[in-house]
Amino acid sequence: MPQIEIDVNGAHHSVPVEPRLLLVHLLRDKLELTGTHVGCDTSSCGACTVLLNGESVKSCTMFAVQADGSAVITIEGIGASDALHPMQEAFWKMHGLQCGYCTPGMIVSAVDLLRRNPDPSDDEIRAGIEGNLCRCTGYENIIRAVRSAAAALRNDESRHSVAELLPVGGSN
Amino acid sequence: MAFTTMVGAKIKRREDPRLITGRATYVDDVHLVGGLHAAFVRSPYAHAKIVSVDFKEAKAKPGVFAAYSAADLKAAGFEGSMPTAAELPGLQKPMHPPLALNEARFVGEAVAIVIANDPYAARDAAEAVVVTYEELPVVIDMEKAAEGGPFVHSEIGTNVAYEMPMKLGEVDEAFANADLVVKQRIVNQRVVPCPMEVRTMLANWEPGPAQLTLWASTQIPHLLRTNVAMMLGLNETKVRVIAPEVGGGFGAKLQFYAEEFLVCWAAMQLGRPVKYIETRSECFQNMTHGRDQVQYVELAAKKDGTVLGLRMKIFSNLGAYNYMLTPAIATFTPMMAPGCYKIPALESHLIGVFTNTVATDAYRGAGRPEATFLIERMMDLLAAELQMDPVDVRRKNFIAESEFPYPIVTGLTYDSGNYEASLAKVLEVSDYAGLRAKQAELRKEGRYLGIGLSTYVEVCGMGPSAAMPAPGWDSATIRVEPTGSVTVMTGVSPHGQGQETTFAQIVADDLGVPIDSINIIHGDTDKVQYGVGTFGSRGTAVGGAALKLAIRTIQEKAIKIAAHQWEANPDDLEYKDGKITVKGDPSKSLTTAEAGFIAFRGINLPAGLEPGLDATRRFEPPNFVYPFGAHICVVEVDARTGEVKIVKYVAVDDCGPIINPLIVEGQIHGGLAQGIAQALFEEAVYDESGQLTSGSFMDYAIPHAEQLLSFETDHTATPTDVNPLGIKGVGEAGTIGSTPAVVNAVMDALAPFGVKHIDMPLRPEKLWAAMQPKKNGQVHA
Ligand code: FES
Ligand code: FES
Repeated sequence: MPQIEIDVNGAHHSVPVEPRLLLVHLLRDKLELTGTHVGCDTSSCGACTVLLNGESVKSCTMFAVQADGSAVITIEGIGASDALHPMQEAFWKMHGLQCGYCTPGMIVSAVDLLRRNPDPSDDEIRAGIEGNLCRCTGYENIIRAVRSAAAALRNDESRHSVAELLPVGGSN
Repeated sequence: MAFTTMVGAKIKRREDPRLITGRATYVDDVHLVGGLHAAFVRSPYAHAKIVSVDFKEAKAKPGVFAAYSAADLKAAGFEGSMPTAAELPGLQKPMHPPLALNEARFVGEAVAIVIANDPYAARDAAEAVVVTYEELPVVIDMEKAAEGGPFVHSEIGTNVAYEMPMKLGEVDEAFANADLVVKQRIVNQRVVPCPMEVRTMLANWEPGPAQLTLWASTQIPHLLRTNVAMMLGLNETKVRVIAPEVGGGFGAKLQFYAEEFLVCWAAMQLGRPVKYIETRSECFQNMTHGRDQVQYVELAAKKDGTVLGLRMKIFSNLGAYNYMLTPAIATFTPMMAPGCYKIPALESHLIGVFTNTVATDAYRGAGRPEATFLIERMMDLLAAELQMDPVDVRRKNFIAESEFPYPIVTGLTYDSGNYEASLAKVLEVSDYAGLRAKQAELRKEGRYLGIGLSTYVEVCGMGPSAAMPAPGWDSATIRVEPTGSVTVMTGVSPHGQGQETTFAQIVADDLGVPIDSINIIHGDTDKVQYGVGTFGSRGTAVGGAALKLAIRTIQEKAIKIAAHQWEANPDDLEYKDGKITVKGDPSKSLTTAEAGFIAFRGINLPAGLEPGLDATRRFEPPNFVYPFGAHICVVEVDARTGEVKIVKYVAVDDCGPIINPLIVEGQIHGGLAQGIAQALFEEAVYDESGQLTSGSFMDYAIPHAEQLLSFETDHTATPTDVNPLGIKGVGEAGTIGSTPAVVNAVMDALAPFGVKHIDMPLRPEKLWAAMQPKKNGQVHA
């Protein structure tokens, strides 16, 4: 079995993996980071979204071996309950979730969207999260949450670079 | 500290911190030592004889522990059928074995289960199982199936599972005296619930204590426990069901699935935990679908728009087997077909039909969206025929506020309502008059704006036990702990509806305890007294009502304790602002926590009063509750492409008094998205051979953010006297109200082309085709 080197939420791992093991299964089943979810088998839903070297990817669409040498941030690395990321705060405040299943992927995608576009319009937010499906919220409050997080982040001068945006307080 | 009112406030959900940080525990997040994984071999044919199942190669694969077919179940002494709770006169109940026995009857039906030490290995092994099939004739179309063979279950010699005829009021007279009769065939297409978490389950058998634990993504942990125990022949006390975090249900997890039985059975055979997490493709094929009716409708009316009578012949596609509520769902459709209107006469013939498709069952609204769609389309067709404004036709027939409680012709009694108020509000908020003016203006430019109205009433708060296929009551336990913290155990099983927050709001207000000291426990049959579960917009309307009763019992006991301390008469005391005081004299007070400590300490209690401050109560609803509302949808249809753009959506809903506006609004939003999606995008399609061609998110269109718009929501609040909270439930309202509003809007846009009705989903190609004949010379293609 090939051995890969991977940083996840700031912790280094050296793990033997089956070549066909999906990144999402490495994270969930081997590294026990179960915050990243699986919602489909066609790369359609975005429940599995994580940041790979700072950019959002669907972790069900990559083999773990492809992430060899990379740095991954999962929802657990975005922020913990005693140190929430502004995006998590905003989802909470705006009631941007119901069953919560899509939420980790949605939050990670939204964080990446603001990295690319710190002041998106509602239409840009809708386009920006179009790879993430939510069956509960009708997206309305998710849009409100992303808008509110964008405002909070723009007003927060302490965080202006991607590196500082991520991670805020989490660990694995 | 000043007393603050929690009920009615926009409190952020208490369940969210674990969900937004990835720390919540869904079934697949539970890892047990020695855990094994199941995979299923599923029928690739819609109808086939199973000639043989050969496990030889599969069992030789690395990591494989076991493989079972129906024959192995039988050899081990199991010959049962999956249960159905539905009871209808004359209902055919063909055998539904958990693994296909002799015949498979829909694509995806489980034929064998394979168990290995790793999910990848289990799937490899499942692929190595060799099943020999002999194809049998297939029936997919429900109307053809109703006529005769081929039969899904040849042993019963018919595909008709049941018929429900009704004739109420003077129907023949109504039609004979009518100025006009409007007729329409309406297809309410099959849709797929698609919760974002698929079906997930994990069973663990511990031979020492002889206890079976099933973690399942379910809406009904207790009913599941009872059914699992019965199927396995175990004492019910030996079975524990845990519904941990559940990633959506929408009715499709109000079920006992064969796979849930099989993982339990296999765990007991092997003495090891067995987990099964289906793929999304399996979920499409195997999780119950929703809707799927063909309705032939006739509406008799007078020239002034007064409706005299309604006639319906309704086919309901049940799929291949009766699941938990399969045959019962469509019975709501004729019952609720009169909608918000005074319809004095009704005739209906409902026919439930088996086909070689997966079973239909509850899906958000369950039988009522089909009723609302039927009547709201017919009201618009009537308006068009009479060249009346759809608003006026509705007003002409509304049940007036003063007429409640109102018995409708089908025997249901609407509790309370003010349909005119919600209609007036939606017209005002949407600026209906302005919209009509704009529509006329744009038509001159060859632009097609459509304005669609729906005024709905739905039945929820399921429901009086006597009117349900399962118990209709629910339960709550409240325990005031020695330190004054309050533990609540609710029999309902929230999975996104937010009752950890709303129930805590109610308790905080009524018992005067800080919200952070309240713990709401649900979804574990070993912790919580028996409860019925979350479905049919009943979580708060029934479970919350039980909570309210338990609060009252706690308050009564706490008052007795206070009265004893003060040597007062309990009748002179009351709960005010969360504390016990003497009526009219707020200077003396005792908190619930203080009363709870006295009750715990067990001294200074009135003679004959037991120590402890706790209560378990059950609420049996005397009636259903009937929320209602009015929605307006505005669309623009592009005449060149047939594409529909929703430009405005206003929803005015009335679910009675609101406990948490944030949560109610969220429920409406989600419901609207699902209802709109049925109107425009979603359709489960089986081809003639019974293959589900819309079997993944690539082919089945649940909406993305870009396909929806920002909704405008508003409310009226008409209380009910059916339950002590006065509330009505809001889980399904958005879905029920929105589908007809969207279709009515599109038909309104297409009126200049002479189009009266197009069946859902209103995809561009259908609209474009419908716009062709009259378009020549008017608009350029
Ligand atoms: S699990 Fe659906 S896109 Fe990855
Ligand atoms: S919150 Fe349930 S799927 Fe998005």
